[in-house]
Amino acid sequence: MKQEWPLWEVFIRGQHGLSHRHVGSLHATDAEHAIQNARDVYTRRKEGVSIWVVPAAQITASSPDDKEALYDPADDKVYRHPTFYDIPDDVGAM
Amino acid sequence: MYAQMIKSEATQDDPEKLAAFQARIDAGDKIEPKDWMPAGYRKTLIRQIGQHAHSEIVGQLPEGNWITRAPTLERKAILLAKVQDEAGHGLYLYCAAETLGVSRDELTEMLLDGRMKYSSIFSYPTLTWADMGAVGWLVDGAAIMNQVPLQRTSYGPYARSMVRICKEESFHQRQGFDIMMKMANGTDAQKRMAQDALNRFWYPSLMMFGPSDKESVHSEQSMRWKIKMNSNDELRQKFVDQTVPQAEYLGLTVPDKTLAWNEEKGGYDFAEPDWSEFFDVLKGNGPCSVERIEARQKAWDDGAWVREARMAHAAKKQAAKVAAE
Repeated sequence: MKQEWPLWEVFIRGQHGLSHRHVGSLHATDAEHAIQNARDVYTRRKEGVSIWVVPAAQITASSPDDKEALYDPADDKVYRHPTFYDIPDDVGAM
Repeated sequence: MYAQMIKSEATQDDPEKLAAFQARIDAGDKIEPKDWMPAGYRKTLIRQIGQHAHSEIVGQLPEGNWITRAPTLERKAILLAKVQDEAGHGLYLYCAAETLGVSRDELTEMLLDGRMKYSSIFSYPTLTWADMGAVGWLVDGAAIMNQVPLQRTSYGPYARSMVRICKEESFHQRQGFDIMMKMANGTDAQKRMAQDALNRFWYPSLMMFGPSDKESVHSEQSMRWKIKMNSNDELRQKFVDQTVPQAEYLGLTVPDKTLAWNEEKGGYDFAEPDWSEFFDVLKGNGPCSVERIEARQKAWDDGAWVREARMAHAAKKQAAKVAAE
């Protein structure tokens, strides 16, 4: 029987309360094994305090071909940013 | 470098798509796994990242050779940590290569049957403890020269693995120089050992950058695709200019009688390594080439039952879990 260990994506949360961040992938036979491997491969220098592992096959990703349809609508909505509004200096910090 | 003499693949894609792809690269876009890419770009990258990964893995062998014989417990712990890092670097790179549609097993098999190479430098033996110093200082130093610019390479997963690797690589070079300082300031015998290590590793380190690629069409294509950032000569010059003053600091002599500062170019003139030796090593005729592949083959064969047993155990656990639900 010859079968490659499945691929897992690894997410690590650092020390300072930020979200888990994708750091890379690795092969492991199950979730527990993936956590053990992630610890050895991705946290040798105290890079994190929490690890998430997700089977790569379970991730649904947006298609690069849909880039325009998904993100272009935001192009003409500059009013969603605070810098769109001119507030006079006299008003003070806002 | 860790990837040497990488042939770029000719590409026969739709010219319009090719132009759009090149425009993205020229604009500094990162190419991601699901994006369209020319077949040649994909193939060349698999070869390059694969060879880079193999070099990290095979590169563990010459250093692993000294773990049990490190002179102090602290040196042993440091060397273990370094060799473990190299394994990690190999893993980051294998994963980057896998995003291009090649499997881990295929990559391993291509190394073992000689279809893929690893860097020429790891076919040289590590004969004394001073070699651990020389490898860290020179070999990792040369690797850094190449890997720092590769953090900006066009392929996203490759660039990201380089960022991680570069963060860790600086420790490798510094621990090597630290060993060299200790040896160079030690007894006469230790100093001789340090000089001998420099003598043996100097030219093989210069070879790591590969022969001049001024005229190479492969390099030209790879540079256009931003999977190669600098010419081989450019990086080699940078390495020599950086390393010679460090050797002087150590009180060691670079084994090159022609070495001289050239005011006009603002760099050193130096002798080229023996390129026929380089080609011979790359063909698999280096002093340790056979031993290295034998060691990898043995690890692959001896580990087969572990790989299978872990899969079987995971399947059993999963079945028990399903039955309990």
